[in-house]
Amino acid sequence: MQTVGRTRTHFLIRAWTAFVVLAIYLPIACGALAGLSKGRYFSFPIRIFSTEWWGKTWDSFEIHVLVQNSVLIALIVTVLSVLFAFFGALAFARYPWKGRRAFQRLLLLPIFFPQPVLGLALLLWFNALGISPSWKTAVVAHLVWIVPVVTLVIAIQVFSFDPVLEEAASDLGASRLFTLRTVTLPILWPGIWSGALFAFLLSWGNFPLSLYTAGADSTIPKWLYSKMVAGYTPMVPALGTMSTLTAAALLLGGGLVRVLLKRRSELRAREG
Amino acid sequence: MAENSLSAPAPKLSPGLRASLPVLVLLVAGFLAPLVTVAAYAFATPKSFDVFRSFTLQNFAAIFDANNTVWTSFVWALALAFACVAILLVVCYPIAFGLNKVFGKWSGLVSVLFVFPLFVSENVRLYGWVLFFIKNGVLDGALKWLGFPGGPDLLYTPGITLFGMVYVYLPFMLFPMTLGIAMIPRDLVDAARDLGASRLMIWREVELPLAMPGILIGALLTFVLAAGAVAEAKILGGQSVITITQDIEVAFTYAQNWPMGSALALILVLIVSGLALTAMSRLDLDKILGKR
Repeated sequence: MQTVGRTRTHFLIRAWTAFVVLAIYLPIACGALAGLSKGRYFSFPIRIFSTEWWGKTWDSFEIHVLVQNSVLIALIVTVLSVLFAFFGALAFARYPWKGRRAFQRLLLLPIFFPQPVLGLALLLWFNALGISPSWKTAVVAHLVWIVPVVTLVIAIQVFSFDPVLEEAASDLGASRLFTLRTVTLPILWPGIWSGALFAFLLSWGNFPLSLYTAGADSTIPKWLYSKMVAGYTPMVPALGTMSTLTAAALLLGGGLVRVLLKRRSELRAREG
Repeated sequence: MAENSLSAPAPKLSPGLRASLPVLVLLVAGFLAPLVTVAAYAFATPKSFDVFRSFTLQNFAAIFDANNTVWTSFVWALALAFACVAILLVVCYPIAFGLNKVFGKWSGLVSVLFVFPLFVSENVRLYGWVLFFIKNGVLDGALKWLGFPGGPDLLYTPGITLFGMVYVYLPFMLFPMTLGIAMIPRDLVDAARDLGASRLMIWREVELPLAMPGILIGALLTFVLAAGAVAEAKILGGQSVITITQDIEVAFTYAQNWPMGSALALILVLIVSGLALTAMSRLDLDKILGKR
């Protein structure tokens, strides 16, 4: 009887999860449909499908600038946040030091903080410093939120890392830098890679921070929002879908690389 | 908190403190300093920009004035956030349980399906729901096509705002909760069952208390984020509900009254961080994130 009840519960859990997953992707699918319909205004069922709006979006100069801004911001944020977060994760998870618990809590605060309010607070701060907002200030804003996230992602990997390995290397006479390069980094690569992927994708899709801190420079999410509020064109869902597909492709490619990295580090661990 | 660790007498910095320095500098310059600026602006002369040069309580007096209706925005924001957390607890628990105990080798893929939407900006996803619910949209059009009179008018209501929040913040509840449920040792559940405990009893006496840290983090995170939400009310809710963040934003933009916006933001931050810090002080992060 126990097992019958259990199978039924498991079936219900599977069905509920499938339903929620479908609901999560439904609006994304609606956007994709709207971007592929021919008319200026969206109506369902779609009478004529066309790639007209995709073409227009692809060719638009304005959109090219947006994409450049978004890519530039995301790339810089990725590099910087991995650098910050690598050391942050060691402080978070590797070393037993006095201020560690306080540091762990401070690190969580920007995540536990409404992003629109953070964006506005940064706007005030930049203004008080006499810095006029641009894509560069947006990079700083993204970092404040993304570095803590990436630190957590890498910290999870650091937690599974045995410090004895590092100590053994240094006992055997390896220098600090050599230990870092040959012991620490290879083991942490999967976590660092995931962190980098998170950093890029979170920056790519970020809207509230860019809205307030990018000044006159626009990013894809910011432009989409301005058009949603005033002046819908089918370019909005078309560009939204393109942006989503880009993120999906990156996640897929990044995931594959991560699997390879993990396999390699496991292989190396077994050999060593 | 940062000052604590910095002011510690340390002739030679410990490796931990040294490693934490870049992040500490970033958080002090990019998080604490902006908050201090907001606090300073909150006490500046209304509708001025003379921060750090004036001190007045006029902004707070205006907020707590009996004729000011801004408190309704606070009530809306907090009520919506509370409802959002309550709904998400129920929606996510079965999924989090499934990710740990039911899906087996598929749980990685299912997790990725839930992570991915985080990388699509919320306005794009919310706008997808607009296209779904709008007149002649996907729901309305499909129902008409099937011969029904058409879809219900759900868009631009407080209910749809709440729906949008539940939708956007789902992953923030799901993943901490999943980590929490992962902390339940299987032997303990088996032992309870062998001793004759009923399923409900196992859940209430064993599983729930052990998973509580994760659930609490999820609830806290979603509450804080939802309390500061604005896009849902604007895009889906059509401003049928004005949340406090929207009032803050209006004060900062159209009204050009930064001191008033700062005072409102300060009150929101105090409510939210008070909650966050009390709950966080009870948690052991090492354990939750998997330190052995």
